[in-house]
Amino acid sequence: MVERVPATDSPDTSRESEARLLVDALACERGGRLLFEDLSFSLNEGDALIVEGPNGSGKSSLLRIIAGLLAPTSGQVSWRGLDTRKEPQPWRREMVFLGHLNAVKSTLTVRENLAFLQCDDLPGVRESLNLEGLDPLPAAMLSAGQMRRLALARVAARPGGCWILDEPAANLDADSTARLDGLIAGHRARGGIVVLAAHALDDAQTVSLGTPG
Amino acid sequence: MTTFGALVRRDLALATRRGGDAALTLVFFVVAVAVFPFGVGPDPELLARIAAGIIWVTALLASMTSLERLYRADLEDGSLEIMALSAQPLELQVAAKCLAHWMTSGLPVVVLSPLMAMLLNLDVAAWWILVVSLAIGTPILSLIGSIGAALVLGARKSGALVGLIVLPLQVPVMIFGIGAVEALLGGAPVLPPLLIEAAILIAGTPLALLASAVALRMAIE
Repeated sequence: MVERVPATDSPDTSRESEARLLVDALACERGGRLLFEDLSFSLNEGDALIVEGPNGSGKSSLLRIIAGLLAPTSGQVSWRGLDTRKEPQPWRREMVFLGHLNAVKSTLTVRENLAFLQCDDLPGVRESLNLEGLDPLPAAMLSAGQMRRLALARVAARPGGCWILDEPAANLDADSTARLDGLIAGHRARGGIVVLAAHALDDAQTVSLGTPG
Repeated sequence: MTTFGALVRRDLALATRRGGDAALTLVFFVVAVAVFPFGVGPDPELLARIAAGIIWVTALLASMTSLERLYRADLEDGSLEIMALSAQPLELQVAAKCLAHWMTSGLPVVVLSPLMAMLLNLDVAAWWILVVSLAIGTPILSLIGSIGAALVLGARKSGALVGLIVLPLQVPVMIFGIGAVEALLGGAPVLPPLLIEAAILIAGTPLALLASAVALRMAIE
């Protein structure tokens, strides 16, 4: 059911025991359907993992389980050797999750949204996502792509930990997608880990989720 | 603590912005109280006797007008996921949301209650006790309301459901709040009903925060 595709730059197996992010024998059952089982992988500094699979194969569920929003049916996720469900604090401090929803308040302006997400005064965040000049606009006036870029500012403001991004390039144009790839590259260069669904990267490990049943 | 302050400030901005709930709550409170004399007749004696009850019941309903949106908006735009995954305890963030809800629904009621008391011919000597009883009681309304608002997140149409869950739990607070005013007017000691109200607030706060956080986590799964 779950097929591991060998990574393009295969991880050093000797470091596996001290992997930053360790996913061990994960299984997920939603609405009586087994989406995946016995799913294991480990990621170290600078690694990227792409989750592939058709619609409904459990990509989002896997990402939500890793983030800690959803309890797995069995198995566990560890960060720096600690179970993320039993000791979530160290994990939450270093993890950023971006799901399908942007967590943008449409009646607040772009500046107010950025301020609330605590990426207002960080240098380079606006520039890196081409958000300059949008500050005084209410978020309701933004296009879907601009809204996504605003949501990505929250991610961009916290490089170096673990990013979990579910279709991060949804609604983005080619230029913004390139900017996103640049952000991900910078994040990985600083030792960050990224787990992505429905996004293409050249040098990433891959997990393919098959159709269930 | 930065998240706590930021959350309070954001919710206040959202409630007072165009299309926010704060103005609606305030107008509802004033209009609903003002309608009673038309219904029961302009007899000053009668109004004076039922004034505390009218103001308290209306305060209860006013706190409910914005409850349904308390967490629903956050659930729909994804903010709730971020709250749940924040390194800050969810209970603390619930407290921030309840505080902001109280500041936009309970506090205006407390401030305006003397005006409404005057309108309903309540004895001037009892105004302060009405204000005190509302000041202790309205935060409880927001806290209990928070549990209800979090519990109904799973239901699609939940407007009336919140009221059904929350109102029975809020009634005791209201009874003791009105009891304090009645006690003063009847010459009985006012402290016991106020102290019971305060006890409900102190004991209820941690319980409401915990229960709301648990209900929110369930809603996200």
